[in-house]
Amino acid sequence: MTQRKRPSSTQSSSQRRHTGNLVAQDEDDDATFTQPSTSQVQRGLEKLTPAQVDQKTAEVVQYFLVKDQKKMPVRRADLVKHVVKDYRNIYPEILKRAARTFDQVFGLKLVEIDPKNKMYILVNNLETPDKASPVRSPSNPKMGLLLAILSVIFMKGGVVRENLIWNTLRKLRVDPGEKHEEFGDVRKMVTDEFVRQRYLEYVRIPHTEPIEHEFRWGQRADAEVSKVKILEFMGELHEQDPKTWTQQYRQAHSLPNSSQASTSSSSQR
Amino acid sequence: MSRQMGESHRRFLQTMMVSGVIDEQAAKALYQYCCETHHTQYAPDKLEDFIDTINSRLQPMFMQIRKGMSENNGLQYYALVNMAETDITRMSSDYADNELELFRKTLDLIVCSENGKASSTDILNSTDSMTTRKMKKSETEHLLSRLVHDKWLSEKRGEYTLSTRCIIEMEPYIRTMYQDHIKVCHICRNIAFQCQICENPTCGIKIHNPCVARYFKGKSEPRCPSCDDFWPHEIPEVKRPHSQSRR
Repeated sequence: MTQRKRPSSTQSSSQRRHTGNLVAQDEDDDATFTQPSTSQVQRGLEKLTPAQVDQKTAEVVQYFLVKDQKKMPVRRADLVKHVVKDYRNIYPEILKRAARTFDQVFGLKLVEIDPKNKMYILVNNLETPDKASPVRSPSNPKMGLLLAILSVIFMKGGVVRENLIWNTLRKLRVDPGEKHEEFGDVRKMVTDEFVRQRYLEYVRIPHTEPIEHEFRWGQRADAEVSKVKILEFMGELHEQDPKTWTQQYRQAHSLPNSSQASTSSSSQR
Repeated sequence: MSRQMGESHRRFLQTMMVSGVIDEQAAKALYQYCCETHHTQYAPDKLEDFIDTINSRLQPMFMQIRKGMSENNGLQYYALVNMAETDITRMSSDYADNELELFRKTLDLIVCSENGKASSTDILNSTDSMTTRKMKKSETEHLLSRLVHDKWLSEKRGEYTLSTRCIIEMEPYIRTMYQDHIKVCHICRNIAFQCQICENPTCGIKIHNPCVARYFKGKSEPRCPSCDDFWPHEIPEVKRPHSQSRR
């Protein structure tokens, strides 16, 4: 994974960061859950009826869908505590079946965005269509703006100072300082909503006075947004061959598929 | 009998998840779009079968795509609904306890009203009898606008009605909770909130406004289908899908 490693000293005050020193609470919760072994899972399954296992899987699926509606990641600790409960001894099997349901029924992929703290999101697994949908989804304008921001960050090498983003938005006639007709509090949407949804990271740059932040792609963006497509769009916009941006082109095409966040152990996130 | 679920079904379902409720015309266009995008065989009159396939896979999760009629324009709508709960706990992830209590009170007002509406004044007054944390006027107004935005209620000129999505989703709950109070349309047999009522005291059947429009269309002298008395109410016009009508 060719993401830049983030210096460990940068912490944002505005978002919960899942680094070791912050999450004593999370670790405690998660420490009470130890992943059962394959034989334990087998034994557990033998004691339950298929209907019981299906029911529990359905509950897990529903829980994820509700959380995902708000684009909030799901913590394994919460999932086990609130939904899986007594079935924790067959947890891996339930999660496997839930993942299969997401894939086969909803076209969604269950992605682990934080291997250390066991957090999951659901990511769209359907390919981006060429033609736009006849049904206008309510979140479309926000996605358009988000894509513009992600594009800028990507083209600039993966991290930009916040002023560049604010200037970009102003050029798009979306003023972060004013209340926007469609987006409302633009600044809040970008620095809070998009960050909580894990589309962006908004991190304080140390030793800046007045305080400045920088933007990077978030884990959900890594998993959901195709860099190849962004580069293609840039190519069309500037009437250039995407290959002319050699570094970005290399980055976009070096990854095996669009779901980059889940399995890479070198990820610092 | 259901086909295998494919990418076209998944895309349709994803759109339903994001939109919540769509009208029939949009559903047909979406169905075509999904089939064409994923190079699946498309038969224009097979939308119901297509949705059945999705529903058969949704059923274990107690979810369904269900169809219902708008009481305002008479058009058919499709909504992705949760069948699991028998009360309104489905909303509980989005609303606080006292907000849910106020929604229940609004539901009471609407179900028990003759015209299927609750005025903002009546809703505000009902906060007096709340058992959970009381809501201020501004909080109530904010909640109502959220409920409209989230497509549980519709608002027109200060009066609130149940949205089409709400009716589709909550019909089983409402039928159970308000057995004695609910009105049923004589024509389509579905639950009715905004409707016309036969003025014959021994008859009193109810008909949805759009069902009135369709049933009495072209009839010079409208008569009650049940008791044959003259139907005294204004007969609305049948609304066409492409006309500018509000849901």
